[in-house]
Amino acid sequence: MSGAAVGHRVWKLGADIDTDVLAPGHAMKHGIDKIATYCLESVRPEFASQVRPGDVIVAGANFGIGSSREQAASVLVKLGVAAVIAPSFSGLYFRNAFNVGLLLLTCPEAAQLQEAEQVALDTHTLTVTSDTGNILVCEPIPEFLLAMVRSGGLMNQLRIRYGKEPQHV
Amino acid sequence: MMAIPANAQTLAQKLIARAAGLASVRPGDIVNCKVDLAMFHDSSGPRRLKPMLEELGAQIWDKSRVVLVMDHYVPERDDDSRKIVRIARDWASEQNLPHVYDSQGICHVVVAQHGHIRPGMLCVGGDSHSPTGGAFGAYMFGIGSTEMLGVVVTGEIWLRVPHTLQMHWSGRLQKGVTAKDMMLHMVGRFGMNGGQYQAVEFAGPAVKALSMQERMTLSNMSAELGAQVGLIAPDEVTAAWLQAAGAPALDVSGWHTDDHAAVTRHEFDADTLAPYVAAPHSPANADVVGRYSGTPVDVAYIGACTGAKLDDLRAAAEVLRGQRVAPGVRLMVAPASQKDQLAAQEEGVLQVLLDAGAELFPTACGACAGYGETMGDNTTVISSTARNFKGRMGSATAQVYLASPYTVAASALRGVISDPREVLA
Repeated sequence: MSGAAVGHRVWKLGADIDTDVLAPGHAMKHGIDKIATYCLESVRPEFASQVRPGDVIVAGANFGIGSSREQAASVLVKLGVAAVIAPSFSGLYFRNAFNVGLLLLTCPEAAQLQEAEQVALDTHTLTVTSDTGNILVCEPIPEFLLAMVRSGGLMNQLRIRYGKEPQHV
Repeated sequence: MMAIPANAQTLAQKLIARAAGLASVRPGDIVNCKVDLAMFHDSSGPRRLKPMLEELGAQIWDKSRVVLVMDHYVPERDDDSRKIVRIARDWASEQNLPHVYDSQGICHVVVAQHGHIRPGMLCVGGDSHSPTGGAFGAYMFGIGSTEMLGVVVTGEIWLRVPHTLQMHWSGRLQKGVTAKDMMLHMVGRFGMNGGQYQAVEFAGPAVKALSMQERMTLSNMSAELGAQVGLIAPDEVTAAWLQAAGAPALDVSGWHTDDHAAVTRHEFDADTLAPYVAAPHSPANADVVGRYSGTPVDVAYIGACTGAKLDDLRAAAEVLRGQRVAPGVRLMVAPASQKDQLAAQEEGVLQVLLDAGAELFPTACGACAGYGETMGDNTTVISSTARNFKGRMGSATAQVYLASPYTVAASALRGVISDPREVLA
């Protein structure tokens, strides 16, 4: 993630993608590496094996509804997803995502973006630029949450506070 | 101890202002609150918190304000579960935690039944159904494990002060119609994110007439409305219940939304509410029971914090007393807590269910969240739980309908989704 325009490949999903689809209950007893292999298995079975670091998810409304399991956000960090762009998110998922270092962009016009297109993200102006040059404006995010994502999540901020070395994913 | 701000505010504003140490707060303000109680379970708690705390070399800010409940992976069914529960048990004794409930039931019910959640408090839970605590006039909401770590080391959490959506229910529920039906109706109307992470408040005569456990069902399913909290102003019902639970005597006056506070109010009529059913695979797929009646069911499930408290077991028993479930239908009952199971046993309610053919399961989260004995391929299930996401209760081909315990029991009796009012009549 940076302020510069970098190409991010789009994975387009529908509305109401819930936590149980992102981190299935049957996998929850495992660690994050294993849970990540089941991410979105029931809606996009090829996602976990074919997603590449830097890709973005563009989804419909209500992304992340359901459980408080933060693994539903951590799996996307694990798989290298740079951001999730959607017109609305579950409030609980929103908190979890920033806490684990995943950028969420609330973008009313996200539906204009297409599967597999390359988009650019500007995390200072909070805009998404489509490959046709169309600029989509996202809703503001409090500065302390952007700082949390830049640090790689709350745990890294706490590591610094406790004099430990932050980790980079 | 908990002074109430004097100016006109919503219940949510009053609760947050108190916890933030401010005279008043406005919707949209971002504030830092002191946490009165942090609750977590075997899945969201020790197995995630312990390694992070050890890495930081940090300590729990106040052990007296922490409650640990083992409810997700108990009873242990495999080595992975055993490992997770073992971590929780070892950590609880290493840390000498004063409030631990191991295999006593589901966290949202257990913490309430032990008087931990009281009016005026600000509480967090490591589980999405934590808004259940709102039934007691506490600002309680769910958070993930990393954010819980932040709470556990600092004793604080940030909040954006919410706007209040007041769900005002006039009239009185008919026999056989419950809080669960009210919730399925509201989730169907507003959708699973209709609460927009604001504060939902349940009010009006039909809410005041509800028992404490029925109020807990409303607040519990605020999660399915996408609200941060689901508040109910405490009253004499709350005070009596907490007194019975052994909580210290308390003054509930003042913890309510002032008449002239700014809220968005939605009106509902309890008199005309029919039983509701949510079809696969979303709680928002809700409609009156008549829309789905006649659908054959294989399994009737009475379980979870949402739908297997004592009042839920009583409702099911009212339908099934002296009867047996339809041939070929499995009635599974997993009481929400040991206390509720014991009370149901003493009242004879449990025997009624067993005589009707019910199989009794452990007082744990169980199949609701895909643990324990889960639902097989192509099974049609009617369940008193809160969520019917595809695959949540087991197989992705299981078809799960959500309903009240009355409707679940009536459907078990007839073998098809049925209106409980026909059976109770």
